[in-house]
Amino acid sequence: MAVLGPILRRDLSRLVFGARKGGAALPVLFFLAVAMLYPFAVGPDAPVLARTGGGVIWVAALLAAILPLDRLVEPDIELGMFDQWALRGISEEWVIAVRVLAHWLSFGPPLMLAALPASALLGIDGAALRTVELGLLAGTPGLAAVGVMIAAITAGLRGGAALSGLLVIPLAVPLLIFGAGSLSTGGEGGIALTGAVSLVLLAVTPFAGGAAVRASRE
Amino acid sequence: MHLVGPNGIGKSSLIRILAGLLRPSPTGYGKGSGTSTAGSVHWNGNVGLLDGHMALDPQLPLANALAFWSRIDRGTPPFARLGLDGLEDVPVRLLSTGQKKRAAFARLLGQNSNHWLLDEPLNGLDDAGVSLVEELIAEKRSGGGVVVVASHQPIAMPSAQILDLRKHPY
Repeated sequence: MAVLGPILRRDLSRLVFGARKGGAALPVLFFLAVAMLYPFAVGPDAPVLARTGGGVIWVAALLAAILPLDRLVEPDIELGMFDQWALRGISEEWVIAVRVLAHWLSFGPPLMLAALPASALLGIDGAALRTVELGLLAGTPGLAAVGVMIAAITAGLRGGAALSGLLVIPLAVPLLIFGAGSLSTGGEGGIALTGAVSLVLLAVTPFAGGAAVRASRE
Repeated sequence: MHLVGPNGIGKSSLIRILAGLLRPSPTGYGKGSGTSTAGSVHWNGNVGLLDGHMALDPQLPLANALAFWSRIDRGTPPFARLGLDGLEDVPVRLLSTGQKKRAAFARLLGQNSNHWLLDEPLNGLDDAGVSLVEELIAEKRSGGGVVVVASHQPIAMPSAQILDLRKHPY
């Protein structure tokens, strides 16, 4: 599938380097803003911050991942890109799979980097930070998959952006429970379960998203 | 083949069914009913589609937007022939209606497909553009390609079949 290279390149230039609409900088700044504001809201009690900080990082990561939902799939349907790809025998499933990868690259690694200053702001210690980083590594691909799937399903609906925000929440709950839960239990078990949920979502998304794009033609 | 008929009669839908993008109604309306699935139209060769959607990124300069499709199709769009010289650096969204249609033709020509499905290919084109499109269609047909045009405007296609959808009520 040599044609997927140009498609990935285009996706990355739109999602990561799309400077005019914020690109990858927007989720990171949003994420850091939450980490900065949280101590102001709950007070400077160091033990409380350290205990709850990991969970805050997870919620911030989830919300940062759904920021660009409305421009993940819908613009390409409106432009007729999916029609042209279909005529060339490039299936919607492949395009959606590539888009999940591009979406993850646009927020996953940047958020893992941004978690370093965020952990300093929240007073999280080294061991907890390691759990957070591993959890984000296991969980953000799943968040990317959920985001692309919901973006494909809500594409073309009136008020799709608002609806997609609501629809992401229940699908992201398992990731949040296991990902943030691994902090309190401190074990690898939570991270492994987060990874398992991510894999399920990654496996389902290309088919669900592809079917949604085809259904949007009717 | 030239599809004619008033707005809303289903010219574009027929084009999309021929492209395999839309499924014919499985129940049918009376005679000729049967089931069919998307992509069930079998073409001998590959098919290019030109419709109201440009499939070119609006914020990119024209040359970059077309370069995306050249990388996929491995063909070169003929800028000069389509009168797009000097517009390479202009973002697609700033092009005029006629220039956008010419750009869409550049994408279509770069695809080097065997057959063409054209939905209202003359919309927004000036006289020179219309005759250019007629010339391109004639070349495609003389090369053995099938060209299906849905257009309410007259378009010169010598000895083309004309299908008037008004005579085929469902």
